[in-house]
Amino acid sequence: MSQHYPALLVIVPLLSALLISIVGWLNKRFCFPIAVAALSVSLYSSVGLLLRVMDEKVILYFLGGWDPPWGIAYSVDHLSALVLVVVSVVALLNLIATQKSVEQEFSEKIGAFYTLYLLLITGLLGIVVTGDAFNLYVLLEITALTGYGLIAMGEDRAPLASLNYVYMGTIGACFYLLGIGYLYISTGSLNMTNISSILPGLYDSKVVLAAFIICIVGVFLKMAFFPLHAWLPNAYTYAPSAVSSLVAPLMTKVMIYVMIRLMLTVFTPAFTFSNLALSNSVVWLAVIAISMGAVLALGARDMKKMLCYVVIAEVGYMVGGAWLGNRAGMTGAILHIANDALMTLCVFLAVGNIVYKVRGYAFEDLKGMFRKMPYTMTGLVAGALSMIGVPPTCGFFSKWYLISGGIQAGQYGFVAALVFSSLINAVLFFRIIEIGYYEPFGADHGHGSSPVRMAEAPLTMVVPLLIVAGGLVMMGVYTGDIITHIIEPIIPPAIGN
Amino acid sequence: MPDLITSIVDYYNYLIYVILMMIGLYAMIAKKNLVKKIVGMNIFQTAIILFYVSIGAKKGATIPIIQHGHGEGAHEIVPSVIEAAEYINPLPHVLMLTAIVVAVATLGVALALAIKVYNRYETLEEDEILAQIRET
Repeated sequence: MSQHYPALLVIVPLLSALLISIVGWLNKRFCFPIAVAALSVSLYSSVGLLLRVMDEKVILYFLGGWDPPWGIAYSVDHLSALVLVVVSVVALLNLIATQKSVEQEFSEKIGAFYTLYLLLITGLLGIVVTGDAFNLYVLLEITALTGYGLIAMGEDRAPLASLNYVYMGTIGACFYLLGIGYLYISTGSLNMTNISSILPGLYDSKVVLAAFIICIVGVFLKMAFFPLHAWLPNAYTYAPSAVSSLVAPLMTKVMIYVMIRLMLTVFTPAFTFSNLALSNSVVWLAVIAISMGAVLALGARDMKKMLCYVVIAEVGYMVGGAWLGNRAGMTGAILHIANDALMTLCVFLAVGNIVYKVRGYAFEDLKGMFRKMPYTMTGLVAGALSMIGVPPTCGFFSKWYLISGGIQAGQYGFVAALVFSSLINAVLFFRIIEIGYYEPFGADHGHGSSPVRMAEAPLTMVVPLLIVAGGLVMMGVYTGDIITHIIEPIIPPAIGN
Repeated sequence: MPDLITSIVDYYNYLIYVILMMIGLYAMIAKKNLVKKIVGMNIFQTAIILFYVSIGAKKGATIPIIQHGHGEGAHEIVPSVIEAAEYINPLPHVLMLTAIVVAVATLGVALALAIKVYNRYETLEEDEILAQIRET
């Protein structure tokens, strides 16, 4: 059984999605349990894979028994195993946490919602597990198409925001496809390891150079890296809260994974950092991304949009860290994939709980929130502390690695941007805490500080949130172990200190 | 100058795909109508499909089916050496079957979204929709 984990991981959610779309017609109550069961299988397989990868280093799985480069191979190494666990944990926790809010927001379309939800997770897990460049494109589009559908289920402006996302997302995916076409012309292969073994002789070729740049630009578009970020804030803000808390932590992070996969596996670090004189410019773009994300977040007028701009700034952290070209920066970037997924999930779940109770996410809706929903706000504060980078939480450690990587590489602009963004995050989240704690609920009606009764979100929403909040601290405490056992083996020795 | 002309003649398929792609991109950026943007997006995708199809083609080559390649007596008739140059490369074409499916699905989703937008705002012109959003 355990040798089939890579296939199970993807196939179980895929088939369950089809099952849900049939069962949804008959009885809506069965949709949710099937989804939970499917994602539990995925989580079990990905944890199993992570444990196996620790011993075996690389697990190859040939679909249909066809050997690569002809057949499609799934390959799992430390990096993909880590991201697989992150994706399946976030997907499962979010599924459970948002059950009530899904019932509240679209009780008519539960079957459709869970079908799309599982297909999205199928796509994300597939992107991470696949070892075939073209297969990655197909799964990228599965993810994107279901994402468009899910986002469009949101409030009034959601369809328009989603349509803009369709335009940008399609251009991104097409660029990636074009880049893969160039790689195919020059190497005649689509298997990632096979490509990387053929490429070194062709590193001077202009076609390979164009392939790399086009692929990376496509991936930048998909991850909303700064000048190409315009689609993200509206799409993620107007999406239903159950969808925002799924796509915001996962989509951008998985795209960062694709970028690191391209940089380290398909192309070698020697090519990425030495043959190309791009590192400097990309790091500077990341500096602009981080600063602009922070400034735009400061100007946002509601909570969800503010968090979306924070997500854009965080994308800048990871891209910048990965392109610094040293071990500390790469460690920070990979660690931040996991940490950022968890902390984004944490804050978006908290916002989801608030939306569930007060039907709004404007700053005014937060008044008196600490008395009304103390547990939700505890979760929000934990996520906020992690985003600011306060020590026991995991956000501090990845930021620490990113900053020390920046200092080692002599990129002081990057270091300054990270510090600046942390300060802005502190301002942003303390503003929320101030409104929630000091401004009494309903004070503007002239009743003075009427006693606010506690009206917490249901237990199924609060418990997952608190688990994630606890997870932030646990990730922080065990950072050392995660780095020595999982992240150190990812980074090839070619990347020096 | 003769160099330029020969390179244009030799690589005309790449030129055509780039031109088509730019037409699509232009429509997506410059057109205000949402459906025109969607059409531009589809042209953009089709350009890349054509690019892939053209890289599989070879001059004077035939479809990649080996005659009498299976069944009884296959081994007697099939020449021991199969010249790759005699057959076009089928792989890019097969890949594009998938990409066409993806393009159709994207088109479907985009048009469905355009209908939702139209039902809400009663128009498909982007500037009119933005004006309506600004009023509220």
